[in-house]
Amino acid sequence: MNIQTKYHGEITIEETDIIQFENGIPGFLNEHEFIILPLTEDGIYSIMQSIRTPQLAFVITNPFIFYKDYDFTIEDKIVKQLDIKSVTDVKVFNILTLQDPFEKTTINLQAPIIINTKNNQAKQVILNNDLYRIKHPLFNESPDLIKG
Amino acid sequence: MLILTRKKGETIQIGNEIEIKIISIQGDQVKIGIEAPKTVEVYRKEIYEQIQEENKQAATSTMNVLDLFKKCQK
Repeated sequence: MNIQTKYHGEITIEETDIIQFENGIPGFLNEHEFIILPLTEDGIYSIMQSIRTPQLAFVITNPFIFYKDYDFTIEDKIVKQLDIKSVTDVKVFNILTLQDPFEKTTINLQAPIIINTKNNQAKQVILNNDLYRIKHPLFNESPDLIKG
Repeated sequence: MLILTRKKGETIQIGNEIEIKIISIQGDQVKIGIEAPKTVEVYRKEIYEQIQEENKQAATSTMNVLDLFKKCQK
């Protein structure tokens, strides 16, 4: 199928690549379907694009690139909701809030996006954890990565 | 809003499946235990609102993302 996107123009996607957020995400409860598209060639940054709303797209990243020790427990409730059978099926992304200059960009470590890659069910989970902030600096611990 | 008075250890039942228990009271802090089915999500309200706000901010980035990345890769 073809969709309109915020950053990639019109593109063709496979319906099997669509990830499903049964309950939407906070602030966008009616957005249930997204697709993840690579943004940079290094594979660090991606776009999470809404299927129904071309103008709705988030810049996301693999948090473990920036915070190797990032660690949380997925509650049983969420394991059941997403029907997660094995931790190796789980992919984690976090949403970035871009700033200019880019070095000031923040990453929402308190609300990771959890995807069960076996069934493409996903959820933005809110951690009850004081260690990780909503506006965590992206480059706090890895200044070398600023240049990409 | 329905207002009920409860003591420590007492519970409020909401519908068939939601139970709210007062665990402890210390000064102006109340510890509350919540039992709810898995389809009901329970959050501290101010945190949920902050996440909503952050998602909106992250989505309405007016900057040209691609330019920004090019700029910082120079």
